Amino acid sequence: MAFLSYLISGISLGSIYAIIALGYTMVYGIAKMLNFAHGDVIMVGGYMSFMATTNFGWPPLLSVLFAMGVCTVLGILIEQLAYKPLRSAPSLAVLITAIGVSYFLQNAALLIWSPNPKSFTSIVPFNSIRLFDGKLIISGTTVVTIVACIIIIVSLNTIVNKTKVGKAMRAVSEDKDVAQLMGISVNKTISITFAIGSALAAVAGVLLCSAYPILMPTTGAMPGIKAFTAAVFGGIGSIPGAFLGGILLGVIEILGKAYISTHLSDAIVFAVLIIILLVKPTGLLGKKVLVKV
Amino acid sequence: MRRKSYFAFAVALMLCLALLVGCAGQTTKPTDTAKPATPSGTDTAPSGDKQDETEPGTSVDVAPIKLGGIGPLTGGAAVYGVAVANGAKIAVDEINALGGMQFELNFQDDEHDAEKSVNAYNALKDWGMQILVGTVTTDPCIAVSAESYNDRVFTLTPSASSPAVIEGKDNVYQMCFSDLNQGIASAQYIQEKGLGTKIAIIYNNADAYSTGIYNKFISEAANNNLEVVSTTTFTNDTANDFSVQLMEAQKAGADLIFLPIYYEPSSLILAQANSMGYEPTFFGVDGMDGILTMENFNTELAEGVMLLTPFAADATDDLTVSFVAKYKDLYGEIPNQFAADGYDSVYAIYEALKDSNVTAETSASELCDLLIGIFSGNDFVFNGLTGDDMTWSKTGEVTKAPKGMIIENGVYVGMD
Repeated sequence: MAFLSYLISGISLGSIYAIIALGYTMVYGIAKMLNFAHGDVIMVGGYMSFMATTNFGWPPLLSVLFAMGVCTVLGILIEQLAYKPLRSAPSLAVLITAIGVSYFLQNAALLIWSPNPKSFTSIVPFNSIRLFDGKLIISGTTVVTIVACIIIIVSLNTIVNKTKVGKAMRAVSEDKDVAQLMGISVNKTISITFAIGSALAAVAGVLLCSAYPILMPTTGAMPGIKAFTAAVFGGIGSIPGAFLGGILLGVIEILGKAYISTHLSDAIVFAVLIIILLVKPTGLLGKKVLVKV
Repeated sequence: MRRKSYFAFAVALMLCLALLVGCAGQTTKPTDTAKPATPSGTDTAPSGDKQDETEPGTSVDVAPIKLGGIGPLTGGAAVYGVAVANGAKIAVDEINALGGMQFELNFQDDEHDAEKSVNAYNALKDWGMQILVGTVTTDPCIAVSAESYNDRVFTLTPSASSPAVIEGKDNVYQMCFSDLNQGIASAQYIQEKGLGTKIAIIYNNADAYSTGIYNKFISEAANNNLEVVSTTTFTNDTANDFSVQLMEAQKAGADLIFLPIYYEPSSLILAQANSMGYEPTFFGVDGMDGILTMENFNTELAEGVMLLTPFAADATDDLTVSFVAKYKDLYGEIPNQFAADGYDSVYAIYEALKDSNVTAETSASELCDLLIGIFSGNDFVFNGLTGDDMTWSKTGEVTKAPKGMIIENGVYVGMD
């Protein structure tokens, strides 16, 4: 029973990683850049939802939509201001810019919301579910997190594979120049990718803070890095890969803590990552890319 | 082409702004520098002080002694630094209003970062600091006290509780309990009051403060026949999910969980234990202080949480009542233990120096030797907010009695 309960915590944590990892992987797949500011957009999402529920007294669902709206705008703004002018710059310049944006967001949050931690009220109104005479307790947040993750993965997969926008995304990801020649607006497609990624970040932020109810300007930083790891783990650029990587990372983290040592939980996670990358350098579901020289 | 360079400029500007924002956080706090001697002259002068002929509110002709302060005014540990700075500022204003010896306080931000703390220390030295009240948190204090030992600057830390802070440094004294004492006192308190028989411990093994208390607690628990059934850890990077730690404690049948950690992870532990339906007694140390002032925190979660802390804002002695009223008036919240530590630190220095004829001209190293002599002397006894009859050992440790507190209906209530 304990194992089952650890497994569920792991999947719940992994679902949050997966939703964040989707943002990394989509942006990487389409714009070929690592958006390190993603973790901080999560934090902004958390604060937006917090303000909506606590300061404005809005219902939880509306607060999530509000957070998604603000983060979408923020994501597009970041892309337009910071990344678009560097479209043809070397990838290192873009990477450094992304780190700069990340610091900018953290410090702005520090100024706006002060460094004092805020306690987040879970947006999930359900009580815990008790199974097997109360031996197995699953919190409402866990259920909502897992369900939200599945819905997001399925709908994202549909968007990418079935819609016109998705087709454009795939085309841009395959070859930017050819896509442009075919009449696809590369800039618009990348903006849409950022918009979706940032909206997902807002959802992830709200779920993260509901599961672990503390909100600080640095709240998004560590989950962001873990989710980035998850994206690499699953094969960066691949949507099912981000999902698989996220869930596995969460489960390994929790089970490692439970059965090996709480001292070593992060060491175990990263050791597994190293092993996977040694065996499969492109990650679990990553595509093998042949580079012509 | 023009358009492109415009955007490049915008990006560059944004990056510069990010840097500036970082700086702004360090300097905009209103508590950073206390103005010398602007006494209000209305509410501060106590009756006991008669040897000074100068009227409160009129004399600024005595050059102030320069007190430096260092602590996190921004960042995750800001609640401690801000509280200490506020408390120290109240003390300085009160002392200046008395006339006679004057203090000037310059409180610098270190964001709970050892390197920034040493930078702040160097800045204070350039400013002409004579005595250091700081630093607030342990890891930075270890770094800074090594510097102040070499430079011979007397250092009284309000709240850095690790023994490593004072170890081998004759010029460093603590106002708070050392981690050793907290660990020992906690174990004894739990045993004496029979608060629990099977004890689980969750501590941060990436943190000197937490590990220090844990080590002492565990050895003292053995002496007191307390059974420790589960010991689990976390680090700053894994301070999210505590389900494993809590489940292990529950499986081991723990009826008391000892949390020698800060209040941020504690708040998560309380919330997760609650959603698991697990209700042991939670017992914290001074790092737990601050949990009730967290914005939007559901204080029901902390109901019944016990902690050892030297200061209770609900105490009814005159000193505490007047301090709490003043603090509320100025900063709009109830002071925590750290504010009291900051206040006491300044007063302890004042008490030690008031009968000597030191001036703003006295060098830092002379002051250092003088203060070491007074603090380690047998007849220096200090009564403050955080305890009566405090004395200091030659190593720099303070001796005072801890107070057990329990959180009831969202406020601290003394247990004794």
